Amino acid sequence: MTHVFGIPVAVILGQLMLGLVNGAFYAMLSLGLAVIFGLMGVVNFAHGAFYTLGAFAALLGLQWFGVNYWAALVLAPLVVGILGVVTERLLLRHVYKLDPLYGLLLTFGLALAVEGTLNQLFGSSGQSYPVPKALQGTMNLGFMILPIYRAWVILASLTICLGTWFLIERTRLGATLRAATENAPLLQAFGVNVPLLVAATYGGGVALAALAGVLAAPVIQVTPQMGSSLVTVVFAVVVIGGMGSILGSIVSGLTLGIIEGLTKVVYPEASNIVVFVIMALVLILRPAGLFGKE
Amino acid sequence: MTIGVSASRLAAALATFAASCAAAAAGDGIVIGDLDDLSGTYADVQGAGGVEAIKMAIADFGGTVLGKKISVLVADHQNKPDVGASKFREWSDQSGLNMLIGGSNTGVSIAMAKVAAAKKVPFFAIGAGGASLTNEDCTAYTVHYVYDTTALANGTASTIVKSGGKTWFYLTADYAFGTQLQTAASKVVEANGGKNLGAVRAPLGASDFSSFLLQAQGSGAAVLGLANAGADFSNSLKAANEFGLTKTMKPAALLVFISNIHGLGLQTAQGLYLTTGWYWDLNDDTRAFAKRFFEKMKAEPTMDHAGAYSATMTYLKAVKAVGSTDPDKIMSELKKTKINDMFTKGGYVRADGVMVHTMYVMQVKSPQESKYPWDYYKVVKLMNGEEAFGPITGACALAPK
Repeated sequence: MTHVFGIPVAVILGQLMLGLVNGAFYAMLSLGLAVIFGLMGVVNFAHGAFYTLGAFAALLGLQWFGVNYWAALVLAPLVVGILGVVTERLLLRHVYKLDPLYGLLLTFGLALAVEGTLNQLFGSSGQSYPVPKALQGTMNLGFMILPIYRAWVILASLTICLGTWFLIERTRLGATLRAATENAPLLQAFGVNVPLLVAATYGGGVALAALAGVLAAPVIQVTPQMGSSLVTVVFAVVVIGGMGSILGSIVSGLTLGIIEGLTKVVYPEASNIVVFVIMALVLILRPAGLFGKE
Repeated sequence: MTIGVSASRLAAALATFAASCAAAAAGDGIVIGDLDDLSGTYADVQGAGGVEAIKMAIADFGGTVLGKKISVLVADHQNKPDVGASKFREWSDQSGLNMLIGGSNTGVSIAMAKVAAAKKVPFFAIGAGGASLTNEDCTAYTVHYVYDTTALANGTASTIVKSGGKTWFYLTADYAFGTQLQTAASKVVEANGGKNLGAVRAPLGASDFSSFLLQAQGSGAAVLGLANAGADFSNSLKAANEFGLTKTMKPAALLVFISNIHGLGLQTAQGLYLTTGWYWDLNDDTRAFAKRFFEKMKAEPTMDHAGAYSATMTYLKAVKAVGSTDPDKIMSELKKTKINDMFTKGGYVRADGVMVHTMYVMQVKSPQESKYPWDYYKVVKLMNGEEAFGPITGACALAPK
């Protein structure tokens, strides 16, 4: 067997693949954060909580109403997205004029409330969500056995990421959204309902997080803590990509997933800090992030 | 983990507030403290259920001892040693704490044991697993009550090696508990003629275990030793199933609570060997306690819940027997009296602080074998206390070999 730096190539390829799966989750979550920050200037600390809510919505939908996985992929983000719109209208909109710190504190508090409530209602051990029948089983890639579901996650998340990028950078709706960030009063003068646009943006951003939650539900135990253990890494991804940069968050999400995967082979103990080390380096060398504008 | 950290900080602040109210009300009564993970990954294992169990014990005891009212202080240690130790010190200095029940997390419990020694407060370690609590980290006031890493390894690892699982690879949680568990299991595997092929240390609370499992698969070992707990255990077992690892390797759970099995479901967990200090469906006594607990918590008790109840009872009985709360008199009473209740028959506290009692090697039932809700385990083997906890090692200065 061929080796690179004393590590079999098959092992490296396997870890690259798994890193790509994790990176797909990072990309989807950081994408939502980037959209919200880019258009609203809000650092959404509740993002992990909405991801958790997405997974719980899928789980409870299945247990209480018999909603299957495919329907949950649509319904859970929809329900959570509406919840996001309500949150924006009732709470968030009051802090736009204040220091950004207040938005951060508000969303942070929301995250704590959601996690605590779910802990109280469902316990910390969590529950299992079954892998849908059509995606069960594994495929042999030669260098590794890959569960079909994980391949699906990569495919689905890349589609979603590119779709979002296209929507924002290449369509008329996206152009309006971007205009709102540049000069909201002017846009409003043209007859565009800017507050509605902002609420919809927040709803859309957290719906993306919920969608990631549904995608994650079959592979990890659905627990109230699932969001908070992921969101810190995702924030680092956003900072590395450049706050508010859509393409930056997608590319850096996938790349960091892969780097983290490789760290797990070379020095597993460091795998949960490697992302933060890179973040520190990026902040020193290129404070606006790899894809950010100075 | 900024969010998790601060979430628990808030919970701790609330708990502190509640606690100071309780203490103010207690006056010169008997004060029992409970420091545990109340908001994190181990909250189901003991957590709120543990508080309930302590309260049940106090109520069953009659609410008073030596004519004094018994009250409870509760706080979240957030899985952080400094938080646990400083809270313990504060209660001891300001709230008249008489005894502490320690919850999950070996790292925190080691820090709290040091305070127990300095403040001379009897400390019952319930949820922590690390056997160092009664070895290099032992104190004259520590009682390690429910299980330890030695007993877990003696149960699960020896059963699996004897049934043919000779080569082991470990997936280890990268902190005191995980490494102690791995060391204990490795010794048992070697002593029984098996071989340890390697280990990978995963950070506590890793979001994905598949990379680590891929390394386990590459090792060619027959047994995958899971030296972790809580969500880490659930997520690693789920991923092992998903990647088809369980077809070539036999998973060995070194620490599992019934709440984990309930969360995973029998479809995923079936066939798993594990070691436990107690099970709700062992006999009429255990079922009677479980029934009362279930009415309050809507879940069957874990071994830690039963242990928290039993430890509180044992302490209160000792207070009554010696007629005072003098810590040294209590400790000497605890070390000479046998414990007989629904948790253990004939359990006793050894010189090094281990509460020696029967442990059970269990196998998780298949969905077909399970006849009623929470019917999850079948007893594979009963290990008497001496076999489970092994001889005194000599590492604790209080108990020379």
